Amino acid sequence: MLQFSFKHIINKVRGGMVSPMALNEMGILGMNARNINYIARYNDREKFPIVDDKLNTKRAAKRAGIPVPELIAAFETPASRKRVMEVIDPLWKFVIKPARGSGGKGILVIAGRDGDKYKKISGSEVEALDILRHVNNIHSGLYSLGGKPDRVMVEALVDFDPVFQDYSFEGVPDIRVIVFRGFPVMAMLRCSTHSSDGKANLHQGAVGVGIDLATGKSCHAVQRGLRIQHHPDTKMSFGELKVPGWYDLVRLAASCYEMTGLGYLGCDIVLDRERGPLLLEANARPGLAIQVANGVGLRQRLRFIEGLDEEMLEKGVDERVAYSMREFAAEKTL
Amino acid sequence: MSPRVQVYVIAALLALIGAGLTAYKHFELGFPLLPGEYRTVWTIEAKVGFDAEGGPVKAALTLPREQRNMEILGETFSSSGFGFFIARENDEYRAVWTRRSAEGPQSLFYRLDVYQTPGAALEQPLNLSTQVQKPFLGAREQEAVRLAIDSLVKQARERSSDVESFTTQLLFELNDDGNQDRNLVFRHYTDKSLVDVALLMLATADIPAHRIRGLYLEDDRRRLAPEDLLEVYDGQRWIVFEPSSGLPGIPENFFIWQRGGKSLLDLEGGRNSQVTFSVISNDVPARDVSMRSTKGEKEALVDFSIYSLPIEQQSIFKLILLVPVGALVVVLLRIFVGLRTSGTFMPVLLAIAFIETQLLTGLSIFVLILVLGLWVRFYLSRLNLLLVSRIAAVVVTVVLIMGVISVVSYKLGIEQALTVTFFPMIILAWTIERMSIVWEEDGPYEVIVQAGGSLLVAVLAWWVMTNRYVEHWTFNFPELLLVLLAFILVVGNYTGYRLSELMRFRPLIK
Repeated sequence: MLQFSFKHIINKVRGGMVSPMALNEMGILGMNARNINYIARYNDREKFPIVDDKLNTKRAAKRAGIPVPELIAAFETPASRKRVMEVIDPLWKFVIKPARGSGGKGILVIAGRDGDKYKKISGSEVEALDILRHVNNIHSGLYSLGGKPDRVMVEALVDFDPVFQDYSFEGVPDIRVIVFRGFPVMAMLRCSTHSSDGKANLHQGAVGVGIDLATGKSCHAVQRGLRIQHHPDTKMSFGELKVPGWYDLVRLAASCYEMTGLGYLGCDIVLDRERGPLLLEANARPGLAIQVANGVGLRQRLRFIEGLDEEMLEKGVDERVAYSMREFAAEKTL
Repeated sequence: MSPRVQVYVIAALLALIGAGLTAYKHFELGFPLLPGEYRTVWTIEAKVGFDAEGGPVKAALTLPREQRNMEILGETFSSSGFGFFIARENDEYRAVWTRRSAEGPQSLFYRLDVYQTPGAALEQPLNLSTQVQKPFLGAREQEAVRLAIDSLVKQARERSSDVESFTTQLLFELNDDGNQDRNLVFRHYTDKSLVDVALLMLATADIPAHRIRGLYLEDDRRRLAPEDLLEVYDGQRWIVFEPSSGLPGIPENFFIWQRGGKSLLDLEGGRNSQVTFSVISNDVPARDVSMRSTKGEKEALVDFSIYSLPIEQQSIFKLILLVPVGALVVVLLRIFVGLRTSGTFMPVLLAIAFIETQLLTGLSIFVLILVLGLWVRFYLSRLNLLLVSRIAAVVVTVVLIMGVISVVSYKLGIEQALTVTFFPMIILAWTIERMSIVWEEDGPYEVIVQAGGSLLVAVLAWWVMTNRYVEHWTFNFPELLLVLLAFILVVGNYTGYRLSELMRFRPLIK
């Protein structure tokens, strides 16, 4: 009797968890291992400012010839705030964001106007005063790490490629590519949903779609940890999803290695209707949700790159991309 | 050497040193490893502080005498630059510090270790004068006061049968806010305390009485002022009364410093004098207590240790030494479990506040301040203030909330809530600021998750920090911190999964 109830309790606790051995076998990368084995080892602290400040990222991308969304204006001091309204007055569509925001915080997207009112992408309206308050909050450091005073960027709204229109609800779909020592190792598309409130964060209910590095086709999709086949709001099947201009996009991600000098990097890329892939931001501490979106662990691929010889590691961008596309194709790993 | 190997080498060295020192202290110096068969020895420190005026200075402090229910194990005097001797006058011991010239603020210390003998009664035959000096209340303007005093005495006499019950009745009346006579008397003697007035009335009633000065022994008390009891002679013996309750008997844990007699401190050549007391309890093995009380001389166990600090600092250190343990709890919960907290070490500061306030009081006060603070902060966010002034505004609000909580709860008789002052205000203001950002960005659900996570960690840290073994080890074996440091270094190398990841990545295993 006692033994039975003991077993019962064990099973109950285990119902919510999996064994660490199973995760290890799958090659799932955990947070502690990521921090120690990859971020601390391959990312120099002194290079963090390039990615932690989006204005720096933009400047570096310009130098490296990487296309980015057009920067309309940047406001460095609280005093220059007065010019904000002048700058956005002639604009119909724009994005206001903090230079040092993290996790997509503090981004205000204006998709149209109606007289004095500004329309957010979700359709709700804001007034000029709300925009000024938002700018004020950004300057005060409300969205930056540690509450440091921040700079405000006004960016042109990306004219999104309509190919994703049916896969995203009230939000901006972006593609995250993990680049390790210059080699793209995994990619996912993040689609906002009604329940994620137009945000592309997986833990807030956005859909993560694993993208096959070789072809740009979707190979797996999850929402809140559960595998799905269709977008929950638009009902579109992910089976037909294919990212256009996939090679260019992966190549752009891979070239961020030279641009930032960071060994372990997450690149967030959007597709513009006219200009193709644009680098939105780079991240020196990319999260681990990409493994859930792909249904595959990262560690084997990272180990594989770590095992390459020096000669291979010094190859140019095109060779690295070709190598990754060959080695990390979906049918090969799955 | 790779950083990883360095960490292990350093950790091994630290652990070895820490464990070695601990073993030495235990086996060679006889420090007990486990709390248990110990006696509580109270260390009481009197601090005489005054501003010297430049000329000769003489300070005389009345010292406690041997008592049957308290065993004095040892005394120390600290008097840098002062001449010092113990004077005996009329059954009283007085410590006298003297100096030809001194200027500016001065501090003199007297410290004694006391062991409370359980169950022993207060020694009775006390050779104190039972003479009563009738107070002089002749002047015409005191007519009303005299009548009030007479009426109070008369009333108490009518309601009592002997001296003991008379005193109890009298103290009841003096504690009764609604008594007109009593209020009149206190309004006249604004500078006199309850005991002063009671002594006056007892003298009027022709009953010999005097005051007892002493301290309530509670651990970790600093800057205590001495408290008074009343002692009354009923013809055969002396009876002690607790003035605010009016009940006879010495309260538990009351240490008698001065029984009858004159002032506690006499000072010549200085101003602004005051005597404050600090009390700390040490768990000392029974063997040690008996050894010290028989020899009657103090043996330094370890010269260079926390024990050699003034006890006001010692009791602060007792708390500080617990901080690393709380930090360890945070480290474990973040690295092995993966709990999210708002701010890395905010939970430890909360846990320290909980130690002072008691857990439930602390939790409710914290939640109350957080809710009120968030509410105010939301209004502030609409005023388009700059960050620094907004946080400063939140700090002011938090201070006001704390003040209001103190006053309201005191009026309601919830004394526990007065401990609100132990919460670090700046930390609370920052927490409120963070939480309001989380609220705006991620919604109230996330606020509850994060605040709940922080509180959970804080409660766990509190639970570990108040463990009596942990308290014993950190205070008596501070070198164990080296072992703890070694452990933290090793944990910092852990690359395995977190407990939360076993759930997070569950969908990947099918």
